[in-house]
Amino acid sequence: MKRIMILGATSAIATACARLWAADGGRFFLVGRDAEKLWQVAADLSARGASEAHVHVLDLTRVADHHTLFEHGFAALGAVDIALLAHGILSDQALCQSDVGAAVREFETNATSVIALLTELGVRLSAARAGTIAVISSVAGDRGRASNYPYGAAKAAVTAFSAGLRARLYPVGVHVLTIKPGPVATPMTAGMRLPGLLVATPEQVARDIVGAVRAGKGTLYTPWFWRPIMVIIRAMPEAILRRLPL
Amino acid sequence: MSRHLSSWGRFPDFPQVEHRADWRAQLPQCLARLHERVGTTLVYGNGRSYGDSCLAASDNVIGTIALDRFVEADWVDGRIIVEAGVTLGQILELAVPRGWFLPVVPGTQYVTVGGAVANDIHGKNHHVRGTFGRHVVSFGLLRSDRGILRCSPQENADLFAATIGGLGLSGVIEWIELRLMPVPGGELTVTEQRFTSIADFFALSNELDAGHEYAVSWIDCLARGASAGRGVYAVGRHSASTGIAMPRRNRLRIPLTPPVSCVNGLTLRAFNLIYYRARRAGRSIRNVAFEPFFFPLDRILEWNRLYGPRGFQQFQCVLPEASAEAACRELLAAIGASGRGSFLAVMKRCGVLESPGLMSFPLPGVSLALDFPQHAELALSLFPRLDAIVRAAAGRFYPAKDAHMNAADFQRQYPGWTRVEALRDPALDSRFWQRVTRA
Repeated sequence: MKRIMILGATSAIATACARLWAADGGRFFLVGRDAEKLWQVAADLSARGASEAHVHVLDLTRVADHHTLFEHGFAALGAVDIALLAHGILSDQALCQSDVGAAVREFETNATSVIALLTELGVRLSAARAGTIAVISSVAGDRGRASNYPYGAAKAAVTAFSAGLRARLYPVGVHVLTIKPGPVATPMTAGMRLPGLLVATPEQVARDIVGAVRAGKGTLYTPWFWRPIMVIIRAMPEAILRRLPL
Repeated sequence: MSRHLSSWGRFPDFPQVEHRADWRAQLPQCLARLHERVGTTLVYGNGRSYGDSCLAASDNVIGTIALDRFVEADWVDGRIIVEAGVTLGQILELAVPRGWFLPVVPGTQYVTVGGAVANDIHGKNHHVRGTFGRHVVSFGLLRSDRGILRCSPQENADLFAATIGGLGLSGVIEWIELRLMPVPGGELTVTEQRFTSIADFFALSNELDAGHEYAVSWIDCLARGASAGRGVYAVGRHSASTGIAMPRRNRLRIPLTPPVSCVNGLTLRAFNLIYYRARRAGRSIRNVAFEPFFFPLDRILEWNRLYGPRGFQQFQCVLPEASAEAACRELLAAIGASGRGSFLAVMKRCGVLESPGLMSFPLPGVSLALDFPQHAELALSLFPRLDAIVRAAAGRFYPAKDAHMNAADFQRQYPGWTRVEALRDPALDSRFWQRVTRA
């Protein structure tokens, strides 16, 4: 039975992953901001086969409280086989372009708090010399684009940080998986105009994530077709990219 | 993303604006906001109602498909509490490996539990288990005027009865407590036999229905002359697994809507002939996995697209025992003469077990269901003829499938409607309800 810590456990992608792990009897430590939602997710996972589901209420941008969070989490589970970092926000782009507070908050939530969590997890798992840290970044982090660069910049930080951590922890046997989904139909993207054919479901993305964790992959593009698309977008000269409505 | 939704038959065409609720706690605010902004609304689950019973009078629905969480599950005693947007397939996926089954399943596993209650659905075992509503222990109902109420045969009994088969009008169902049925495994032992006439069907049904959990027949509604009334009768019961491979989870999806219907006289005749000829003449017994037995069409996702942009209508009626045989024959003759037909015309016996709901569809007798590609002529000539036959036989139509019945027929067939109307939540109303109660 896997011991699984999920940070941002009420997000749609996290829930879909958790359901797959629950089917194998996983033991869970679920972290999120909203107690009622967390308890609803915990109850759902228990019904689906989870052997335990603990709940911890915390706004993960409160970096000072991370230490207590991990004390509780590791006490409840004993050790952690999989840590999934799934919390994040996607703010209104127009607001982020003009409002300093919104632009900084976007980075604090999506990058700073994640870097803090990755650091602490890196310390704890390298001491245990085992486990997988899976962190949800985004294809948006591969290249700064006019339509969502504040979000993309934060995800770029997560991508680079987790890649470095992966290399550092490789010798001690700890896996770090960087997950780069394309747009996914979730409450976070509700109301946005997205390219219908390219939008994945949380369940599709979750199957890929659970498979990549099991296989010990380094970087996961999900669905798969984002890998070739991003090869092209990354290779595009700046002179062309800045003229495209991307 | 906010989507524009339609009913399964895509007729009538009133695109619905979806207002998503992702958590139960969002429902009260969502309901109140829509009540204030557009007058009335309606809950839309997975969109498997065929006609206009799932379309809001205001064309603004509350989408609950994300309310797909289990609230509680007792896999020892076979009792579960689920949110209203959980589909029957999601329950079966967890229940079957643990030795449980839903006591009633319809022809698709993609309906939500909320929809199953609101339409008080029935299955191939109506003669043994009655409707879905009989297996509902309790549910949580959100009213715009009274807040959240727990309903059961003992508590808020009036709303319990008005909600089962109440077409989503008595309040917003948040969660449902269900009793499951123990089964030895995920397979069924199925006995099939071809029949050559309606009289033959009744003889088979009289002989075999009672001894089996499930019974259903397919009938070739395009066959005429000597072969009129031919079909395939099947009964089944749950059996222990013998290791039959479960069907692959990857299913075929119809990727787009063809410009015209792929369902026409030619394809129908070919399909019906092959379906009939594929069966041997005698009686055959075999073991099958439960999915292809109960949900043959679920293997083709979004099969409703095959009917093209105009969509299709289903005609489903139930005929009382006394007049059933004669009326079935008349209905098939009228359909045969029209040349319009259906892929799978489904015929089954309904039993005497009563529903706890006020507007449940089944009654003791025979139910007949057919799909027709949408065409103006349906409303002009074929349906009026079929309606007259059902009326004369004192039968009734199925609101969950309906896009054509008139107000007088509905009100005569469902006298309980006045009590449902009296208990209707002032914030809820559907296009169906407007059509059949205010015409």
